[in-house]
Amino acid sequence: MAALDIVFAMPVPGSSGVIQLTVLYFAHLRDQRGLDSEIVSTTAADAQSLYRELAARHGLSLPEKSLIVAINEVMVRWDAPVHAGDTVVFLPPVSGG
Amino acid sequence: MDDFALTNQSIDVVAWRRRLDHPQAGGLAIFEGVVRNHHQGRAVRHLDYQGYAPLAVRTGSEILATARGRWPLLVALGCHRIGHLDIGEAAVWIGVASAHRAEAFAACAWIMDEVKARVPVWKRETYADGSVAWAQGSVVRLDPPG
Repeated sequence: MAALDIVFAMPVPGSSGVIQLTVLYFAHLRDQRGLDSEIVSTTAADAQSLYRELAARHGLSLPEKSLIVAINEVMVRWDAPVHAGDTVVFLPPVSGG
Repeated sequence: MDDFALTNQSIDVVAWRRRLDHPQAGGLAIFEGVVRNHHQGRAVRHLDYQGYAPLAVRTGSEILATARGRWPLLVALGCHRIGHLDIGEAAVWIGVASAHRAEAFAACAWIMDEVKARVPVWKRETYADGSVAWAQGSVVRLDPPG
């Protein structure tokens, strides 16, 4: 199985479908997850799939329409792709002031 | 120092005020948001704020830059506190300097509205009975008006 050997010897990031990224939690989501941050292994390709996966895994209750996504400190759309090594934050409704 | 800061220390309003000094300024408008002891009829004991620091600083700085583009401001600064705050403590400070008062008032109010709407900071209220709740808050818009 030479082809398999090549796959394992030269992994292309994301090619296996599983990536690792960092998720930070704030406010309601921090309470629900019980963590400030974690390294997540995921097959999600975009922010929306990632949130759905985490919400199902951890019982996160905030609906997507109440959140905005930030990837690497930039606010992005829900269909923004996620990559290995990204820092992803789902921002609950903000209440400064 | 950054023009917009997030701090877990008491906001030094004297130091921030000093940074508004400008020889062309004819008016300074300063808004200081402080912790009140009630919210929607309930007695509040204290507040705890969380903030996503790098994005809060970036978003706050963008708001100030947009304000400088909309009004002829000489200086525009802001600071938001995070952590545990007791009644009467300053939670947020916005200050602008301009040649005339109209633009100072207008810009200061606009900046504060935008900070509340967009800067990733979250307020948790602890009530007199010991129960806690996150403030309702605003869903952040991805594309704010320029």
